[in-house]
Amino acid sequence: MSKVNRNLIIAIALLAIAPFVLYPVFLAKVLCFALFALAFNLLLGYAGILSFGHAAFLGTGGYITGWAMLNTGMSTELAILLGTAAGAALGAIYGKLAIKREGIYFAMITLALAQLTFFLYLQAPFTGGENGMQGIPRGELFGFIDLTNNLTMYYVVALIFLFGYAVVSRAIHSPFGQVLKAIRENEPRAISLGYDVNKYKWVAFVISAALSALAGSTKTIVFQLASLTDVHWHMSGEVILMTLVGGVGTLMGPIVGASLIVTMQNYLSTGEMGNYIHIIMGFVFVICVLSFRNGIVGQWNKFKAKNF
Amino acid sequence: MQANSSDFILQTTDLVKEFKGFTAVSDVNLNVQRGHIHALIGPNGAGKTTVFNLLTKFLQPTRGKIAFNGKDITRMQPAEIARLGIIRSFQISAVFPHLTVLENVRVALQRKENHSMHFWRSDKILNSLNDRAHELLESVGLGEFANTVTTDLAYGRKRALEIATTLALDPELMLLDEPTQGMGHEDVGRTADLIRKVSKNRTILMVEHNLQVVSKLADRITVLQRGAILTEGDYDTVSQDPQVREAYMGTEAPQEASA
Ligand SMILES: Nc1ncnc2c1ncn2[C@@H]1O[C@H](COP(=O)(O)OP(=O)(O)O)[C@@H](O)[C@H]1O
Ligand SMILES: [Mg+2]
Repeated sequence: MSKVNRNLIIAIALLAIAPFVLYPVFLAKVLCFALFALAFNLLLGYAGILSFGHAAFLGTGGYITGWAMLNTGMSTELAILLGTAAGAALGAIYGKLAIKREGIYFAMITLALAQLTFFLYLQAPFTGGENGMQGIPRGELFGFIDLTNNLTMYYVVALIFLFGYAVVSRAIHSPFGQVLKAIRENEPRAISLGYDVNKYKWVAFVISAALSALAGSTKTIVFQLASLTDVHWHMSGEVILMTLVGGVGTLMGPIVGASLIVTMQNYLSTGEMGNYIHIIMGFVFVICVLSFRNGIVGQWNKFKAKNF
Repeated sequence: MQANSSDFILQTTDLVKEFKGFTAVSDVNLNVQRGHIHALIGPNGAGKTTVFNLLTKFLQPTRGKIAFNGKDITRMQPAEIARLGIIRSFQISAVFPHLTVLENVRVALQRKENHSMHFWRSDKILNSLNDRAHELLESVGLGEFANTVTTDLAYGRKRALEIATTLALDPELMLLDEPTQGMGHEDVGRTADLIRKVSKNRTILMVEHNLQVVSKLADRITVLQRGAILTEGDYDTVSQDPQVREAYMGTEAPQEASA
């Protein structure tokens, strides 16, 4: 058995038994954010593009799926699909607008577009404004799998997560991914070889936006809630944090980073430390960036390469 | 200069590039004959790299026209230029540092395949390009380094890799910006031989500081000084030119040369 296959089986086994050790809804939340960070890292880690507006896609997935569940009576998987498609479409437009710019200008435009999105959702009649969209039914998957059971819900999220992981993993290890890496490594050289680099970046951006929306849609079903938190620029910052802490440009990094940050938030926000959560996360970030620039997974890979 | 214009693969007409009032390239009329190795020489800051950037559209000219095979390419995008068959190398080593040596060449080979957008397919299909990539690496003496991560390569070898990558696209016109710069004596000789070898059936325009290499390779030489063409001709003509001796080659007035 190849090493990749073995790792995959271990991962699936872990996902399968995890809800018997930890609270399923908590795990589902971790997986949603892990997917979000994976999607984000496809851009930052493999195309070298820093987006500071990914909350727009997470939030769009959530709102559209929530709206569909509340208003259309469609089954859950279609509502999730619709949210994902909406995120992809928004990504297609925002990508077109932003990708002509480079580096910090790109980040600024994505931030501006995400802020625009935030205000649109704040004002739009269907989002519930400051209160958010509440009481969204989880519905039934394919019309017959009842999702009100948290364990069932968790396994559905785990499958969605695995699907997202497969998409990112394949995209990275595809002919397309190879060009993307070349662009990250040396953009002028890639251009001089005849690649329309903006097209490649745009496709990566749309895939990333779609998967971010998928994460948002799924999260909305799990928590039966869509709110402004998910489109706030804090969220765009958080996904950067997760990716950098875990290890940018590795497949496992965003997953580790998301798990760590979500766990910290969960434990800290309930205790009396809740008021200091942003300060504490800021500290974690600074320590991580200063002591291991490649993130936890990047550092681990280095350590492994040296010692084994 | 009586050659028919169809003998010229590349022609510029009154090419000008100004940077905030500073003229880096001034009314350059460059005529590169098909099949030639054409050298562009001149002191540092003469505008040679800027000319390359104009030809490959990495910079937009302020004025003037560029024609490739008689076709006006002045307003095209850099990637389009590459797909027309003009491939450049860069003065500062242009490799993909964290890809392997083989992958560097393969990225170039991949461009002519039609699966580069396919994000849903396994990259194993790229293995069909490995034989060709190995051949190219052998031709520049890098065969044994195929699986080395490029960043670990010595500088001279990185430059050789650049040539292999450029060759991978089998360009009709190859632009080399100081291909031997920073190389040891032996590597310079080898690279010069390589350039001669690959010049068959194609045209090469190269910026080169090493005059021995220029004398050995160039069919025609254009001397640039302060953005303008000082003189043109074969090596003997150019090296006899008193202005050139003074401005570039000579030891008589080095201060002026670097002014
Ligand atoms: N992007 C730029 N902006 C401003 N000045 C530039 C730029 N690129 C080149 N120059 C200037 O143009 C002149 C020619 O530079 P260059 O073409 O690199 O010379 P060469 O390659 O002949 O050594 C130099 O004085 C350089 O400082
Ligand atoms: Mg130069």
